[in-house]
Amino acid sequence: MNALTCKEAFQEISKYYDGDLSEDLKRVLQEHLCKCGHCKVVFDTTRKVIELYCDGKLFPMPSVVRDRLHQALRRKFEGKPL
Amino acid sequence: MNYVPKFLNRESRATPAERWLVGLSAALIHVTRRSRVHPYQWGRVAGVRYLEQSITMHYTSGVSAGLRAGGGYHIFSRDWMQVPQEALEKTEGALVTEAKAGSAEAFEDLVNRYERKIYRLALRLTGNPQDAEDVLQETFLKAFEHLPDFRQDSRFYTWLVRIAVNEGLMKLRKRRSDKSEPMEDGVDDDGQVMPREFRDWKPNPEQLMSQEEMETLLMNAANSLPAGLRTVFFLRDVEELSTEETAEALNLTAGAVKARLFRARMRLREELAKVLKRE
Repeated sequence: MNALTCKEAFQEISKYYDGDLSEDLKRVLQEHLCKCGHCKVVFDTTRKVIELYCDGKLFPMPSVVRDRLHQALRRKFEGKPL
Repeated sequence: MNYVPKFLNRESRATPAERWLVGLSAALIHVTRRSRVHPYQWGRVAGVRYLEQSITMHYTSGVSAGLRAGGGYHIFSRDWMQVPQEALEKTEGALVTEAKAGSAEAFEDLVNRYERKIYRLALRLTGNPQDAEDVLQETFLKAFEHLPDFRQDSRFYTWLVRIAVNEGLMKLRKRRSDKSEPMEDGVDDDGQVMPREFRDWKPNPEQLMSQEEMETLLMNAANSLPAGLRTVFFLRDVEELSTEETAEALNLTAGAVKARLFRARMRLREELAKVLKRE
């Protein structure tokens, strides 16, 4: 398999995080990342983007929001107007 | 005088039976301390139920973080006496079946299980706490109302997400008609989204700012994307829906989901790099 250009590597980085890359392509991508600092930064920071948004501590649900949800549900269960 | 078992008394000779007993105990302690599986679950290791619980624990419980970090149940800790909550919880399918049969309690268990995730998704989609609360309530109220129509051929959570996404997009459309906000502009244009920022980021940026600052940064970056891009990003990368589930939820092709996900990741990276890159 031929070496990747940077433009191709960007596309493959996204496919890598989708789990869509064959073992061959993974190896070719790894070889490119070892040689290309720019693509390595894109690879690492793309993973960081996903990690930051996946942080379960962020955007907690306020307890009043939960209380209001459960009140609305109980009224619904009892067939009362909301 | 305290009793000292004979085999622990250096001055006495242990019998073969005592030595065997000590060896067996030590082996048992060693195995248990090394094990990443709670003894309660040992009998289920080969079963599907164990796998299902492991997956649930892996994705939904802080317990899994401890286990993956190298922890395990310690024979001398209180964990030995405690059955993990996850092991006692009913499966999603069982709760849905009970809820469909009319159990409000089972439905409330499902709500408890997913309310935080749906709220977070709603907040990320709408970028507004009031809209997020409306979406949260509408999602569960509609789910309860339409539960008889849910055929259980997909995960209940995926079904909830689909309702939440529809509600969220409706909010955004309404807001767009009120304020002319772009929603799908540039989502599928053919222009290449290529990285422009190649400076590495500061290490551990989440430790450099407060939680509130980080939330604002992430929210602003997400809101700078058209809704059609950020929705795909949140469903695929945050909610971990498959490409096919995301495509189904948004009425897109799998190819469109992949293309949008690539564009969303690249654009978020550029937006966040403005703040997080090294000087």
